[in-house]
Formats: sequence, structure tokens, C-alpha cells
Amino acid sequence: MTGKQTDIMLSGVGGQGTLLAAKILGDAAILAGKHVVVSEVHGMAQRGGSVECMVRIGEALGPIIPDKGADAIVGFEPIEVLRYIQKTSGKTIVVMNSHKVVPFTVATGSEKYPSMDEIRAEIKKRCGKLIELEAYDLAFKAGTSLATNIVLVGALCGSGILPMTEEVVLQAIKKNVPAKYVDVNERAFRLGIQAAKS
Amino acid sequence: MDVLAKGGKALLLGNEAIVRGALEAGVSFATAYPGTPSSEIADTFSAIAKEVGMYFEYSVNEKVSLEVAAAAAISGYRSLTCMKHVGVNVAADALLTYAYVGCKSGHIIVSADDPGCHSSQNEQDNRYYATLASLPMLEPSTIQDAKDMTKEGFEISEKLSQPLLLRTTTRVNHTRSVVELGEMKAPKPRGTGQFDKDSLLVTVPSVARARHPILLKKMADAEAMAETSKFNKIIEFAGKNAGKVGIITSGVSYCYVADVLREFGIAARVLKLGFTHPMPRKMVAEFLKSCETVLMVEELEPWLEEQAKALAYEQGIKTKILGKSTGHFTRLYEYNTDIVRNGIGKVLSMPEQAPGENTSVKLPSRPPILCPGCPHRATYYAVKQAAKGKSMIYPTDIGCYTLGRAPPLSMADYLLCMGSSVGTACGFSVATNSTIVAFLGDSTFFHAGIPPLINAVHNKEKFVLAILDNRTTAMTGHQPNPGTDKDGMGYEAPAIPLETLVKGCGVEFVKTVNPRNLKETVRVFKEAMDFPKVAVVISRSPCILLKGIKKEPKYEVDQATCKKCKVCTAQFACPAFYYEGDKIKIDESICTGCSVCSQVCPFTAIKAKCEGC
Repeated sequence: MTGKQTDIMLSGVGGQGTLLAAKILGDAAILAGKHVVVSEVHGMAQRGGSVECMVRIGEALGPIIPDKGADAIVGFEPIEVLRYIQKTSGKTIVVMNSHKVVPFTVATGSEKYPSMDEIRAEIKKRCGKLIELEAYDLAFKAGTSLATNIVLVGALCGSGILPMTEEVVLQAIKKNVPAKYVDVNERAFRLGIQAAKS
Repeated sequence: MDVLAKGGKALLLGNEAIVRGALEAGVSFATAYPGTPSSEIADTFSAIAKEVGMYFEYSVNEKVSLEVAAAAAISGYRSLTCMKHVGVNVAADALLTYAYVGCKSGHIIVSADDPGCHSSQNEQDNRYYATLASLPMLEPSTIQDAKDMTKEGFEISEKLSQPLLLRTTTRVNHTRSVVELGEMKAPKPRGTGQFDKDSLLVTVPSVARARHPILLKKMADAEAMAETSKFNKIIEFAGKNAGKVGIITSGVSYCYVADVLREFGIAARVLKLGFTHPMPRKMVAEFLKSCETVLMVEELEPWLEEQAKALAYEQGIKTKILGKSTGHFTRLYEYNTDIVRNGIGKVLSMPEQAPGENTSVKLPSRPPILCPGCPHRATYYAVKQAAKGKSMIYPTDIGCYTLGRAPPLSMADYLLCMGSSVGTACGFSVATNSTIVAFLGDSTFFHAGIPPLINAVHNKEKFVLAILDNRTTAMTGHQPNPGTDKDGMGYEAPAIPLETLVKGCGVEFVKTVNPRNLKETVRVFKEAMDFPKVAVVISRSPCILLKGIKKEPKYEVDQATCKKCKVCTAQFACPAFYYEGDKIKIDESICTGCSVCSQVCPFTAIKAKCEGC
């Protein structure tokens, strides 16, 4: 979209908290007084399958980001970035968690997982900027590996692409996580921001 | 919960917005059978019903859910019934005559269609049900529409004394967006309704004949309402002059149309239809006359397009009507901005936009799979062992267990719909000489498995029915079912015992196994296959995703004992296994400790991890 549209693609594996990350970004957009459309995937796809969510901040009404239209793609898993690379352009910022979730077909030898160098080269060839981080380890450092999604939200925020402030995104995180986990999630968020900026 | 927020703006899922709209209209009664993409409507009602003081139930199937709510609506309760598109097929028998009978208080029937088959066995277009049954229909485009139309739908339904179809699609049900909230109305308490008897409520043939003209009159009234409805409007988009081009659209397609016109700065008139059945013929005719060319943009079937053409023919309107029949759009799958852009581009002679290129890196696939520790995998493995050397047919059913279709399990040969495993097993048992084991889940058995089982017994058919009883309705998000001890409002409820039910159907061989005991499960399935009549094996073990499941010690592969025979990875195929070089290992972070792999291993190389060692 032209103008002030910011389109974020989130891709991952069922169970990684992709849906919650998308909802947090949607809530943050509302807190910042913006229009937002968030598309989610439910049902069958969640059983360990590839999961995609799209967050469109701005005046767009359609829930699906056009091809080559993503301003950022947040890959919760390396190959899940490449699975949606048709949504990116030379301007797209890629936030990639380098922690692999190996598909069963690879684990048992019937398919191959591409090398990290091959993945990075493809992203660099097709996209604008790659921010790679060990979100899983950073979440563990913050207090729980379950906060991997929040580390990635932090990194996306740290990339500067979002039309919302860090404070607003943090407010949205607090709204969406149980009270007793607010501190660990705030730490995870900050570690993500730091990783993107360094 | 955001859906109960006092006012202001909230980020609501389409399905939550439908619930909110219903609450603002004072809905008092809701019924459902879960099905993607409709499930969160029911789940939201389930979560809030007690708090807001309304009635909610997960009914045994869609037909029953419609009947239950029809009685409530004729007794003075604003009611809502929701289901996925194929659920309407199940409810259709009740629906088509319900349209004759009508309602007293407003009744909204939500049909959640699934263009693109995200989670469905077909992509049927349920707008034809509005035509077939003669029901007024609303189709939301945005999440705000979903709330507003649900609220207003009760008024329309009540004015017409006619149930109303709210037809949504996945991209409305499962999209979140900003919704302006209104005030909620208190529901009518349970047991305070009044049923006024009327001989016209008993649809014997003479009544049905009397009802049909009343129904047609209601549809004429509905058409008049559609002509002035706020949901049908012309929106002028500013930009480069494109000649007298108009677009008629409905549902989520409107969103793509609006985005394309805005992005490319194209001047066009758009007729956005929300109250789509009956079609506001005057409004559409006037719109057609005001344009030289009109493009119809609607997902799936040319439902609006064919009506617009018929109307143009009747009224001698010469406007060019373009759409699916002219190759501008496809009848397949869901649309998006790119597809709609290229469709509009063909009319305006814009160059076609190439799709984004997929990666040149070869990616491993990542389809949805049975979870680590899933009891279905254990049952499948056991049946495979019991069936060795036999020619087998495995009719399957709707639920997580359909995922057993994937190799190496490959335990699914034929599937139509809810309950079809049992019905088709009847036919296969007569038509073929194979051994037949049909699979269906507990919720699916209650839903549609009982009549075909009775059919099998009475017609002396011979097969094994495996009821995969995981104590929940897992695929759609763990809703209770009649076999569990909680109802849809969270109250204690009598659980219907499957064993008694199956015996009551006349089945003589009924045995229950725990699939986590592999040897015993194999033995019972062998016995069932040898039984000369219908045999039912209830394979009972709770879904490992259910809350409150006891944590068990994880398992590990003893590398010294492992002979790398690969039975665990190539035949049992729990996703917790992985290779490290040529070593087979178990991913501790996802192992549930179900122990079945340790029973599968021919060399007892898989052992429980000793806690604290």
C-alpha cells in the first residue's frame, strides 16, 4: 500500500505463539490510535504445521498482505521466512529467530533442511535488511523460553519499522499476558529490542 | 474479555464481533456445533454465557442446534445458532421447513464458509441456501460489519418473523480489527418464554401449502428492506477517470476492491452489498444503468453475477456485466488483493502484475501432523500390527485423526463428511472382500455415527468400528461433547457412556482398550477383525493437549541397545524423534512420556528417563 501503511508478516510453527504476537501488535496499533487488520490461522494448521499471521497497520481493509508488499517479516523459525518470501521486496526488513524447529520429515531423513548460509544468502538477495537473533536463548535468559514470541516482538520494535513507540507495544504486551508473567515478558521484550539495535 | 468491554474501541476477532453484536441486541439463547472457521463464536458464548445470564449449549450436531434454537425463538428468545458451512448441510432438513414456519423473536443462523478449504472438505458457497430456503441474508465485509450486521440482523429477522442467514467467510471469522462498541442489552432469563400455540406451526401438507405464499410475501417484504438497508450502498472512489466502470461486490471481496482502487487511484463507483438476499433489484438495476461496464467481484460461485444478468435481461439493460463467465475472475479458492487487482486490471487495460516469486531454496514441507504423544497414533499403529497380511480398507472421518492419512501411517482411505466412516464401511463391507476398520472420534460418533451403526447391525454388515475416544472435540479447540461431564456453560453434566450406547445399537462385540497399552490393543483389534459381525473397539485415552493431563517421565533412546532398525521413526513416526548423525534421539522438550514408542521398539532400547539421575 502507499502512504502510511505498515504491513507485517509473521510466520512460524504451530505452538510458537505467533497468534499472540500478532494480537499484541494489533492491540498496540489500537492504543496508538491506528486502524489495523490482523489475519489469523486457526484449526487444522495449528497441529505442528506452518502458521502465518498478517498485521496490517494503516488504512488497508483486506486482511491479506499483497505479494512483495510486506514491510517486515518476522520469522519465528528460519525456513518459515523463506516459505513466505514472495511477500517481500528489496525494502523488506527481516527479523529472524535462528532457532530451528526441524520438521519431522527432516528429523527422520526424508527431506533436507537447507543450510543457514543458504537461508541467509536468499534473504539478503531478496530483502532489504536481515536482523538475526537467537530469540529462544534470549527468552530463556529473560526467564522462560515461552517468551520467544515476545523477544521477536521486541526485535521488530527495535528495527524501527513499527509506527508505534516501545512504550505502547509494552503496554499491549502487559494487556495480553497473565499478571505474574509481566516481568519476564518485559525483560524478553527489552532483550529483543537490544538485539535488533546492536 | 474485550468482547464484554463497556464501550469505546476494541480489537475483536470477527467471531467475537458476531458475539458482541448479538449481546448488543440482547441475545438470550445460543446453540452450536463447533467447526472451523465458526468455532470461536461458540467458544466465546461458552466462556461468557454464565456471566451475562444467557443460555448456551454445544448441541450434539448442527441439525439439533437449529431445532433447539428454533423452539427458543418461537418462544420469545432472541437466538443465535452458528456452524461451519458444511454444518448447514446437516441442519438443512430442519432449515428448509423452518423457513416456512418462521420465528417470533429474532433468530440468526451463522454459516461460516471456508473458501480455499483452510480447514474443510469442500468450499461450497452457502449463499445458495438463502436462495434455496428463502431466507434474508447479510454478508459482512469487515469486522465492524460483522458486529453491526449481527445486531441489526435480529431486528430484520424479527420484523419479518423469519430466521436470517449471516454468511461469513474464513477471512472475516478469523480476522481481528477495530470495532466500535455499543451498549449491551440484558438477556431474557431462562424459563420465562411463552409459546403461543398456532395450527400453522405444524407443517402437515395443507399447512405447508398455506405457508409457502406467506414465505414469498415475506421475501418481497425483505427485498423492500434491502432496497433501503444501510448495508447496501454506493461508494464513489476518487482518482483517474476510468470511464463509466462500476463494481458490484459483497463480503470480504469489498475490502480487496477498496484497497486496489485506493492504491492505484482509480475512479470507480462501487455498489457494496451487505444485505444480499433478497437482492435489492431496483438498486442494482439503477446501478447497472448508471454504468457502461460493471465488474462483479465475489468469491466462489457467480451468485450475484447470475442474478444481475437475469435482472439486466428482464429490464433490457445493455450494460456489459463482467465476472466469472467472462474470465475476469475464478470460481476457485479465496481471493486476495493481488487477484482482485488483476481482475480489475483486465477491465482497465492495466498490465498484469506478476506474482511474488517463491524461494529458489528447496524447503522441507511442514504439514500439520498428529502431536507427539497423540493416542490416535498409538491406535493406528496397533491396528496396522493387527492387520498384517490382510487386505484392508480404512474409511475415516472428520477430526484430528484425518491427519493419519499422511505416510508412514497412511490410515485413511475414504472420507466424505461427519459420520461417513461408518456409513461407507457398511457399503465397503458388502461391495468388497477386504477387512474394514473404520475410524471416527467420540464427538463425531455422537454427531453422526449412531444411525449408520444401527444400519450396519440391522443389515448384517461386517466391519470393525474404532471409536477414538480422546474425551474431547480436539480439532476445533477442545469443546466438551455428550461423552464428557461438563456442558457448554461449564456446569456438571451427565456423560453418556459410549459402551452402553453402542450395545444399545445392537452391537454384540464391544470392547474398550487403552491404546497406550500396545500389546492389548493389538490383541483386541485382531479379535474384532475375526468377529463375524460388526465389532466396536473403543480406544480411550485423553487428548494430550487437554488441560490437567498428568505429567509423565520423558523417554530416551539407549544408544548402546539401539540397533537403528528405524521402526520408531519410519513406522511409528512420533514427531519427538530426530536424527543426530545416525543416532536416533528423542526431543525431550516435546516428548509427553506416553511410553508407546518403548513398546514399539523391538530391542527395548527406549526407556523412561530416570528422574533425578
